[in-house]
Amino acid sequence: MPALTTQEFISQDHSAGLGEDQLLAMYESMLLSRKLDERMWILHRQGKVAFHISGLGQEACQVGAAFAMERGKDWLHPYYRDMAFVLALGLTPRDLMLALYGKAEDSSSGGRQMPAHYSSKALRIITGSSPVATQVPQAAGVAFASKLRGLGEVTVTCLGEGATAQGDFHEGLNWAGIHQLPLVVIVQNNQYAISESTDKEMAVSNVADRGDAYGLPGVMYDGNDVMESYSVAKEAIQRARSGRGPSLLEAKTYRPVPHSSDDDDRTYRSREEVEKWKRRDPILHCAKVLRERNILSDALAQSLLERVMAKVDDADQYAQQAPYPRPEEALWPVFGDQSHAAQSAPAREVAYAHQE
Amino acid sequence: MPTKVIMPQLGETVIEGTVGRWLIGEGQPVKEYDPLLTVTTDKVDTEIPAPASGIVLKILVAEGQTVAAGTLLAIIGQPGEVGGQSPASPSAERAAREDQPANGERQPGVTPLAQRIAGENGVDLRQVRGTGPAGRISKEDVEAHLAARPAETGLRRTGGRKGFISPAVARLAEEFEVDLSQVVGTGEGGRITRKDIQVYIAAPVPPEIRTTASRETAVSQTGAVSEPELPAWEQPGTGSLFKPTEEMGPPAADGTQTAGQAAGAERDTETAPLTAMRRSIAKHMILSRQTSAHVTTVMEADMTQVVRARERQRGEFERQGTRLTFTPFLLQAVVAGLRAMPEANSTLQGDSLLLHRRIHIGLAVAIAEGLIVPVVRDADEKSLLGLARAVNDLAERARAKRLAPEEVQGATFTLTNHGTSGSLLATPIINQPQAGILGVGAIQKRPVVINRSNTLLPDAEDYLQIRPMVYLSFSFDHRILDGAEADHFLATVVQFLEHYSA
Amino acid sequence: MPTKNNLEALREGMAQALRRDPRVIITGEDVGPRGGVFRATEGLYAEFGPSRVIDSPLSELSIVAVGIGMALNGLRPICEIQFADFIHPAFNQIVNEAAKIRYRSNGDYCVPLIIRAPYGGGISGGLYHSQSIEAIFAHTPGLYVLAPSTPYDMKGLFNAALQVDDPVLFLEHKRAYRLIKGEVPGDDYVVPIGKAEVKRAGEDLTIIAYGMMLHEALKAAEALAGEGVAAEILDLRTLSPLDKPAILESVKKTGKVLIVHEDNLTGGLGGEIAALIAQEAFEYLDGPITRLAAPDVPSMPFSHPLQDFFLPNADKIAAAARRLAAY
Repeated sequence: MPALTTQEFISQDHSAGLGEDQLLAMYESMLLSRKLDERMWILHRQGKVAFHISGLGQEACQVGAAFAMERGKDWLHPYYRDMAFVLALGLTPRDLMLALYGKAEDSSSGGRQMPAHYSSKALRIITGSSPVATQVPQAAGVAFASKLRGLGEVTVTCLGEGATAQGDFHEGLNWAGIHQLPLVVIVQNNQYAISESTDKEMAVSNVADRGDAYGLPGVMYDGNDVMESYSVAKEAIQRARSGRGPSLLEAKTYRPVPHSSDDDDRTYRSREEVEKWKRRDPILHCAKVLRERNILSDALAQSLLERVMAKVDDADQYAQQAPYPRPEEALWPVFGDQSHAAQSAPAREVAYAHQE
Repeated sequence: MPTKVIMPQLGETVIEGTVGRWLIGEGQPVKEYDPLLTVTTDKVDTEIPAPASGIVLKILVAEGQTVAAGTLLAIIGQPGEVGGQSPASPSAERAAREDQPANGERQPGVTPLAQRIAGENGVDLRQVRGTGPAGRISKEDVEAHLAARPAETGLRRTGGRKGFISPAVARLAEEFEVDLSQVVGTGEGGRITRKDIQVYIAAPVPPEIRTTASRETAVSQTGAVSEPELPAWEQPGTGSLFKPTEEMGPPAADGTQTAGQAAGAERDTETAPLTAMRRSIAKHMILSRQTSAHVTTVMEADMTQVVRARERQRGEFERQGTRLTFTPFLLQAVVAGLRAMPEANSTLQGDSLLLHRRIHIGLAVAIAEGLIVPVVRDADEKSLLGLARAVNDLAERARAKRLAPEEVQGATFTLTNHGTSGSLLATPIINQPQAGILGVGAIQKRPVVINRSNTLLPDAEDYLQIRPMVYLSFSFDHRILDGAEADHFLATVVQFLEHYSA
Repeated sequence: MPTKNNLEALREGMAQALRRDPRVIITGEDVGPRGGVFRATEGLYAEFGPSRVIDSPLSELSIVAVGIGMALNGLRPICEIQFADFIHPAFNQIVNEAAKIRYRSNGDYCVPLIIRAPYGGGISGGLYHSQSIEAIFAHTPGLYVLAPSTPYDMKGLFNAALQVDDPVLFLEHKRAYRLIKGEVPGDDYVVPIGKAEVKRAGEDLTIIAYGMMLHEALKAAEALAGEGVAAEILDLRTLSPLDKPAILESVKKTGKVLIVHEDNLTGGLGGEIAALIAQEAFEYLDGPITRLAAPDVPSMPFSHPLQDFFLPNADKIAAAARRLAAY
C-alpha cells in the first residue's frame, strides 16, 4: 500500500516567476504527452504495435523540470517513462510514433531499440538502456565532464523509486557527493515498481532521505503539481550550475496505468485506489488552477485539445506510412570504424542469416 | 647446516631488488629475525630479517647491487661451515628448478621406463608425484600424471592413420593430379602428410610416368570389360604404357583395319582383354624396372636349423590352430637383415633417402588372377606365433579377395616365395618404392661340402653332407645400396637362418 | 632506442597522451598520488594534478559508468580497474551500456572510453588476482578487446585505442609488466587495432597465442627449432576483432595450428579461433586444430604446484607442438 495519502498534497501556488504564456505552454505540453500516450495505449490494444510503456500520470514533474532546464545546454539522461520530459525538450510526436512502430526514421535508434528509449544528441537527451538505474552514474560522469571542462552545464537524470534499490543509483550519488558534481537526480516516486509498492523496495519512507547518506540535499515534493515541480527543479538546477553541488529530488506521484502494455495491475492493487489518484490527475489540477486565474477558458482549452489531437493524429499517420529499416541495417553501426565489425565484409555466405 | 639468505620476491610482479645496506656484517653474529639488510624495489622498501641464528659467514652481494628475486645474498651458519654455492647462481628452489633441463639427464629417483614415457609425452618429472620408496617415480606415477593432465582436444593418440587423407593432402592431390598410392607417408601411423605430398610433387620424375586426366579417361573408355567399382589396387593405371591394352581392345572401336584384315586377325588370334589386376601388375612391373637400378645378388643358406625348429614347434602351433610354414622364419630373418642394413628398408625420394623406422614386409601371394602383396605390419614386433598367424590370415584372405586397401599398402620391404612353385633362383622385381626384394627359392636337399680347411682345393678335412639348402635372391636398387651393403644384408639373413635357435 | 618493460612503455604512452590531448583523463582506485598499485600511473598525478588523474571510490561499476558519462560529454577517459578479477561488478555497464551506446543510438552517441585492467597469473595471485577475462568480453560486439604482450605493442596499441571512438578493454598481463622488456620508440607511434603479428616465422605449424603465453610459445619455438620443428608464432595482439586474414594466412602456410591461452579451455577464445579456421581453412588443414589451455576449474589456485599444474608453459606447449608436428 502506498505510504502517503492524497490529503498530504494540498498544493500551494508555486507559479512565482512563471508567466502566463509559460504556464499555458506547460499545460499544453502535458496535454500533448497525455494524448499521445493514450493513443499509444489504443494502438497496442488494437494490435498495431508490439509494446508500449507509459508516462501517463507523471507529466507534471517531468514538464516542470524540463522548463527549468536550459535547453541545448543542459543534459537529460532520462528513463523510459520520460515521454513528457523529452517532448518538452524538443522531441516531436512523430519521433515518438516512429519509434513505437519501429520505423527507419526513428530518431532515437533507427528502430534498434524498443520504444521509450529516448535519444537525441542535438537535444542533449542521452540514449538509455532497459536495465534500470544505469543512467545515474553515467549522468554523474557527464556532469563530471561538464565540471572539469568548466562548461556551466547541468545534468538531470530521472528514474523510478524501484530503481533506487540498484547499486548504480548509490554509486552514482556517491561520486556526485564526493566531487560536488552539477547533477540533479529526480526520482519519480510513482509508488509502484511494476507490482511492488515502495515498502518492498526500500526501508526508508522517502527516497529524499537518502540524500544525507551521500552528502547532498534531498527534497520531497508534489510531483503532480507542475508548478511546484518547476520551482523545486529550478532551485536544484541553479544550485548545480553555481557549483554548489548535486541534489536528490523526489517527486511524489502516481502511476494510474499498468507498468506497461504487458502488465495487468488488477493483480496487485484495487480499482478504488487508482480512482482516488485519478482525481489527483496533474493535468486536471493544472487546468483547474489556470481556470481559477482566468488563463484558461473553455474555448482555449478546446482549441488546445484540438491542436494537440491534430499533432497526435499527424504523428500516427506519418509513422504508419513511414518505411521500415532495410534488414541489413541490423549490421551497423557497431564501431565508428565499421571495418572492425565482424560481419562487415563477409568471406563466406554461411556465417549468418543476413541476405544481400 | 648453513642457511641461505635469498633475495625475496617483494611484490607480485617484482622480479628484482637492490641491496640497500647490510645491517650486520660478515663474520658477525646474528639472531633469527634480526634485521639483516635493507632492500629496495620499485614497489616497496623494506628490511629483511635474518632467517636463522648464527654467524654471517659470507656476504655475496654488495650494497647497491641489483639482483633478481631468488638470488643468494648471504650465508648464515656456524664458524667453519662451508657455504657451497657460487654467488652467481640463484639458489632459490624455483629458480634452480627452472634452470634444469626439462628432459635429458636422468634424474635420480626415477625409473628408466618412467623417464622414457615422460620424455615421449613431454611430462615434466618435477611435477610428477613419486609413490615409490623415497619418492621414486615409476611408470605408474607418470601414467597417473598423464591421465590427470589438462585436456588437449583434437589430437588423437592412436596410430593407424595410414589411409587417412587430410583436407590439405586431398586438395594438393587433386590440384596436382597425384596418385596417392605412389606417395610414401611419414606421418603418424604412416599417414601421408602435406609435406610428403609436397615432396612427391616436387621430385623430378621421368615425363612418361606423369599422366594426364585425359589419358586416364581415354583408357577407361577403350577395351575394358565393364566391371564394378574396383578396389584401389586393382584399378588400372595411366599413361603411354597402356598402348598395348588399347590395341588389344575390340577392333570395331578404332575402325582403322580393313574388313579383310580384321577377319584375318580374328581367325589366327584370340583376343583376351586384360583384367584390371593384370594391367596393374603390368604397369607396376615395367615402372619398377624403369625406376630402380636393379641388381640381384644370390646367396645360399643351410636351412637345417630352421627345419628342425619348425618340426619342433609345428605341433604346438597347430594345437593353437596355426599352421607353421617356413615363411615366419624367413620374415624373422629379413627383420634381422634390415636391422643390420637399415638402408635396405628405405625409399628414395628426390634427393633424400627416407629411412623407415618401422618394418612392414609385403608377402607376394599368388592368386588365381595373378599376384597380390599383402603386408605384415611391424614384422619386427611380432613373435614367431604372431608372424605365423599374420601370414596365414593374410594369405587366406588374399586368395578369397577379402583384403582391405590398407593391407596391401605401406610395405617397406617385400618377401617373395618363388620357390613354392619349384623355382630355385630368380631375379625378382622390386616392389616400388622399396629398396629391395628378397626372393626365396625352393628348399632342396642338396649335397654340400662342409669346409674345415681354408683352401679351395679338395682336402682331407672336407666332407659331404646332405642339407636342406635354399637360394636367396636379393634384388636391390643400386641407387640406394651398393653390392657390399646388399651382401651384408643378405649375409645377415643367411646367418640368421643358419644359426636359428627358437 | 630505449629499452623499457611493458609497464614503463604503457606509462610513457599515458603520459604522452595526457600531454598532447587535454581531453584525456585517468580515473581509478589509487591512480593519483599512489601512482596505481602496479605503479602504472606513477608520476602522472604529480605532473597533471587532481583534475586529470582522479582517485575514484572503491566501486568498479561506477568507475566504468562515470567513465561512460565523461566519454559521452567530450572527454577521453582512461579508467583503471585495479585487477581484472574485480571487473565483474562493472560487467553491465561495459557490456550493456558502453558497448551498445553507438548501436542503440544509431550512431548519434559514442563512447571513446578505455578500460584498463591487469590480468593473468603465474604470480601466486590465487583465484582473484590471476583471472583471464577476455573471452567473456570478446563476445561483445561494440567493444574492442586488446591484449598486447610486448613493450612496443603496449604503447603502440594504447595509442591506437586513443584514436578509436568506441570502448576499449585494454588487458595488461601483470606478470609481463616487469618481466618483458624491449625497445620502445619515443614518439607516439601506433600499432593498428585488429592486426596480429608473426613474432617468429616457421613452416611446420602455427602457434597462436597472446599475453604471457606468447612468451612461453616463443621459448617453446626455440626448443623445437633445435629438434627440427619450425613453429610459426602468431601474436594476436587484438582479441576482438580477431585478425582473420592473418590467422588464415598462417594456417594455410603451415597446415597445422596450436592455440594457447591461460584462460580456461571451454568457452575460451581458442574455440572461436578454431571454429573460424575450421570453417574457412578446412582444405588447408593437415592436422587437427589443437588447443592448449588451463583446465576448466574456477580459476588459478594459489599454491605453486597447483598453479604450475593449471598454467600452460613452454614445456607443455613444446610437447603439444611436437605431437602435432609429427601427426
